Amino acid sequence: MLILTCPNCGADCAETELAPGGEAHLKRFGPGSSDDEFTGYLFERKNPRGVHFERWRHAYGCGKWFHAARCTVTMEVFGTYSAQVSEPPADILDSIRARRPGWEV
Amino acid sequence: MSDTQGVSAATGVAGRVIERGHMIRIREAGLTGMIALRGDLASPAMAEAVRAVTGAPVPAPLRVESGAEGRAVWMSPDELLLITAIGRAPEALAAAEAALSGQHAMALDLSDARVVFRLSGATVPEVLAKGSPVDLREAAFPVSTARRTHLGGIAVGIWRLEAEEWEVVCFRSLAHHLADWLAQASASGSEVGHF
Ligand SMILES: [Zn+2]
Repeated sequence: MLILTCPNCGADCAETELAPGGEAHLKRFGPGSSDDEFTGYLFERKNPRGVHFERWRHAYGCGKWFHAARCTVTMEVFGTYSAQVSEPPADILDSIRARRPGWEV
Repeated sequence: MSDTQGVSAATGVAGRVIERGHMIRIREAGLTGMIALRGDLASPAMAEAVRAVTGAPVPAPLRVESGAEGRAVWMSPDELLLITAIGRAPEALAAAEAALSGQHAMALDLSDARVVFRLSGATVPEVLAKGSPVDLREAAFPVSTARRTHLGGIAVGIWRLEAEEWEVVCFRSLAHHLADWLAQASASGSEVGHF
């Protein structure tokens, strides 16, 4: 069972209260981009075995989006953070490195 | 008000009381005034709107505040649900709109959108935990806590007004389902004894 704390309201949310939004921090390629860039933006994902950054929405709750960092193997949650950032904040990276020595973004 | 009464009757559970043979008392609250506010919850105008409708202060996140004329429930970082008597709803809406005039904010009378169930008894957490993932232990869900979640498979709001007094709201079209679900989950003899 995956439990994520929504940073917008502070509730500890069960996975069933959340809507998944896929991989986080994608760079959008739109009009004017190359076909390869646009294909990558639409279809190519890291899908890692390990540390992953994701978007989630507190659907059965405050309704707001947020980010989560977790391990796809162990389900360990390293932290949740604001949706209004384009990369993981330093405190999240610190908590990941504390648990996964040698891990690189 | 005849339209509103027609809508309420259409749920088939208006005023229904479930008590005998059940570990808690469940009562459909009947017509209830419900006003949704959206905007900057930290603004003085919002505080005035909430006070004008309910007499309560603006609730903190995941909290419900009670006042002389009703209750204010925190719904999201920019949304509150105000609950008051059905007869006051029109004047309460006008007062909220007046307080919020000139602001980037919204006040809507949504009295028809949802139904309110009042749950009474020491074993309410026992019943709700059968169908919701929320941590309902006293330490995690003390008096004045409010949560939106799912219960019996549908979206609900749950708040604890007193130690043994709770309210659950759901969309009106699902009221019959929730009444049936609550009745089944609270049948005497079905206690799990977790709490
Ligand atoms: Zn939330």
